Amino acid sequence: MTERPARAPGLTLLFWPGLGLAVLLPVFIAATSPYLAGRGVPYVISGFAGIFCLGFLLIQPVLAAGYLPGLDGAAARKWHHRVGSAIIAGVGLHVGGLYLTSAPDTLDALLLVSPTPFSVYGVLAMWAVILTAGLVAFRRKLGLRFAVWRLIHNGLAAIVVVATVVHALQIDGTMGTGSKWALCIAVLVMTAVSLLDLRVIRPLRLRRPGAPG
Amino acid sequence: MNAPFYNRRSFLVSAGFGGAALIAGGAGLLAPAQAQTFAPTTSMRGGSNNYRPGAPLVESLGSGFVMAGMVRQAGTGAPLEGMRIQIWAATTLGGEREPRNHGSVLTAADGSYRLEMEQIVPNFGQPHAHLAYDDGAFQTVFLRPVMPSASDTSLRADFVLARS
Repeated sequence: MTERPARAPGLTLLFWPGLGLAVLLPVFIAATSPYLAGRGVPYVISGFAGIFCLGFLLIQPVLAAGYLPGLDGAAARKWHHRVGSAIIAGVGLHVGGLYLTSAPDTLDALLLVSPTPFSVYGVLAMWAVILTAGLVAFRRKLGLRFAVWRLIHNGLAAIVVVATVVHALQIDGTMGTGSKWALCIAVLVMTAVSLLDLRVIRPLRLRRPGAPG
Repeated sequence: MNAPFYNRRSFLVSAGFGGAALIAGGAGLLAPAQAQTFAPTTSMRGGSNNYRPGAPLVESLGSGFVMAGMVRQAGTGAPLEGMRIQIWAATTLGGEREPRNHGSVLTAADGSYRLEMEQIVPNFGQPHAHLAYDDGAFQTVFLRPVMPSASDTSLRADFVLARS
């Protein structure tokens, strides 16, 4: 970890190991899956890229809202940007690995004619991630007011989160059922909490005269 | 309870069925009732993915999992003997492109086929098999049945083939 948490009162320090465990435990459990033995390297990489991306979706709202003790403001924004880049790379590895494993199945999914009901949610999440990447890369060129840009970013993020969770939960793969559900629920809750906090609670507090910022 | 052999209600019921049967029979002149029971199986979405034509005839593709089913003729429902069914799936041996996971079997006189193979494992999110009839005499059919549970050790897939 390059960023070290500043000294914070007892309980909040648990946020770091808690977040680490929530993201890494599902990865470790998936690493023990017997299905891995029969899979080629691209398929294995693809699967873990997907699991990591699901975990990154838990980290992103935490960073956006600055909940991590010792990591807020500019540092949190920098890491939010980096983890966002990792998600884009992860989606690339996920889809690329699936394509190398079975091109027809992957093309069916991308063209929305796959027999699997969950692939359409994966493709939806992928497009929302691509749009987010564009939104970030062309932020200046787009010339949007920051409030509008932020709202579009939040909306796309919500689509990514919900679509990814629906995608992941329906898949019968290497992830453990318990850890997958736990991570998915954590991702949904953390996204909802930080969106509510950032877009509703904090603006209301600021609007109230004499309230502490 | 001593049920009467015949009463007014049973008369009305049977008359109703008879009337329905007459109406259905009228429609049946255009499409025989049997054709509805043995309508041709249509190919499933993604059924032909990773198909390799001409999978070799095999005794088995391993052990522990049984793929089985029936092959019948559309319309009559007569069992079809000697039909080649090509089977492939992701198993503990490897993915759907793994050559050891591809094999064919012929149907017996009663139209049944059976292939023992390695345990099918989830692939692309679902535990499923692929089957094909692709030999010309009848219309080609590709199936992609999904196992209700990944821990199942058998799977059935039936074909009703129409003359090409």
